[in-house]
Amino acid sequence: MYPRAIPENRPLSRFAYGLLVALVLALWLLPLFAVIMTSFRSFDDVMAGNYWGWPSKIQVFENYAAVFQQSKMLDYFLNSLIITIPSTIAVLVLSTMTGFVLSRYPFPGAMVIFALFVGGNFLPQQIMMIPIRDLMVATGLYDTFWALILFHVAFQTGFATLFMRNFIAALPSELFQAARAEGASPWQTLIHIVAPLVRPALAALAILVFTFIWNDYFWAVVLTQSDAVKPVTAGLSNLRGEWVSQWNIVSAATILVAVPPVLMFFLMQKHFISGLTMGAVKG
Amino acid sequence: MTIWWRRHRNWLTPALLLAPGLFLFLVVIIWSSLETFWISFFDWDGMGVKTWVGLANYRELLDDPQFYVSLKNNLIWLLMFLLAPPAGLAIAFLVNQKIAGMRVMKSLFFMPLVLATVTVGVIFTWFYDPTFGLLALLFRAFGAEAPALLSNEHLVTFAVVASALWPQIAFCMVLFLAGLNNLDEELIGAGRVDGARGLAMLWHVVLPQLTQVAFIAVAITIVGALRSFDAISVMTAGGPFGSSTTLAYQMYEQSLFSYRFGYGAAIATILFLIMAVFIAWYLRGLIRAEKGA
Repeated sequence: MYPRAIPENRPLSRFAYGLLVALVLALWLLPLFAVIMTSFRSFDDVMAGNYWGWPSKIQVFENYAAVFQQSKMLDYFLNSLIITIPSTIAVLVLSTMTGFVLSRYPFPGAMVIFALFVGGNFLPQQIMMIPIRDLMVATGLYDTFWALILFHVAFQTGFATLFMRNFIAALPSELFQAARAEGASPWQTLIHIVAPLVRPALAALAILVFTFIWNDYFWAVVLTQSDAVKPVTAGLSNLRGEWVSQWNIVSAATILVAVPPVLMFFLMQKHFISGLTMGAVKG
Repeated sequence: MTIWWRRHRNWLTPALLLAPGLFLFLVVIIWSSLETFWISFFDWDGMGVKTWVGLANYRELLDDPQFYVSLKNNLIWLLMFLLAPPAGLAIAFLVNQKIAGMRVMKSLFFMPLVLATVTVGVIFTWFYDPTFGLLALLFRAFGAEAPALLSNEHLVTFAVVASALWPQIAFCMVLFLAGLNNLDEELIGAGRVDGARGLAMLWHVVLPQLTQVAFIAVAITIVGALRSFDAISVMTAGGPFGSSTTLAYQMYEQSLFSYRFGYGAAIATILFLIMAVFIAWYLRGLIRAEKGA
């Protein structure tokens, strides 16, 4: 282990070290903490610059109610769910299939296809903005949920393929040899051998892809216009324009946007970390 | 039919399984990226007829002062973003101890990574606000007046990049923590026996084992820097007076607000060329690792 572990028999140093880390952490999360606190405050406090003192009046309920009732954040929130959940499921299905083929059926050109998936995923997304927007306008999908779903599924399939290919490639090859010896078809192999074994990978991938799509802002502003389809990230940006210096309301809305990914992260933390590192480090 | 299927299923099934994902990715992502080059040779308002103008968009770009502002800002993004891997490594070292409560603290360190870039942008806009912001408050505590970072054309890009660094450092930390978990204990033990400590240990024993992780952290950081858009859009919209644009943002603005899609495509092409160098470098490393394995 590096750095050298602080020995168990020095409880005082261990405690002091823990305190030091907690201090750094407090500084690290200071901006976030301030926003959470502000979402509890009244506008008078915000105007008076009372950020750290005790709120003159705690109005958690009022602030969040204002976000729900006086803005369209709730609609945007539902839009985000409508876009994110089906996209995530589609990515999982598609990438299990592509990952399975690319890891278990070597054929000439497989490496090129794999490199395309990975390389395409590394492109700055702005490069493809103009043709994709044009494609969505031409097909009548522009400013519908489908535009965002279609794009996200296509784009995330690149990363997800890398991820699933690496995971399936690491499964013991004896399993696949045995299946072949038994005369199992590729489809049977996929359903009976691969599908049950990739569940942990799928859990990790699901959280990552969900977070990526939920947090997307660029495509939300490029491919949607109307409030009926706008996801919550673009909605937050609008709301900030409307509620200019009412930071207590803006803060409440900001927290609302952050809740689903943060919740996912804490509920399935192990999967999240292993996902990020598996996807990246093994690649 | 069934006999025919049985005979060919061993290659047909894989082909059919690969097809939907590959088709979607090729058509939407790869094809669109290539089409951008083509569009860059036209004058186009995004709806009407495209008029062929050859290299005119590129010639105009070379005379466009805004292009150089974007280029310079992209360079600032890139250089400042490269602080993320070492900073992430430092935090990873800091939290790599098995002490009560450390696990919770580790995950709290990851938090900025899960937040949307828009969320981060809003948080930092507020943080930087010269009258109400936290930074102004800190300055006042020391009796100084806070600079209005986001409306100062010389400081604005630095302020925006600093906000985007926050999640990026968290990302690098996650990667390095995984790397630290996979360190070869025997090598470290041997190093300790040989009397390597502190920096010497870090330099000769630990860092060489982290090169692959570091490679990925740097690659992801570079892509992140070149992709920079969200933070700029949320915090400054390219301002004040276009002083905080990057290539990605300028392209967006030229296309969607000025309806100059051909010109926007030319900017995107330049961005691609810069990026292509890094993608080639990354893929080379990836394929080399693949062959070595």
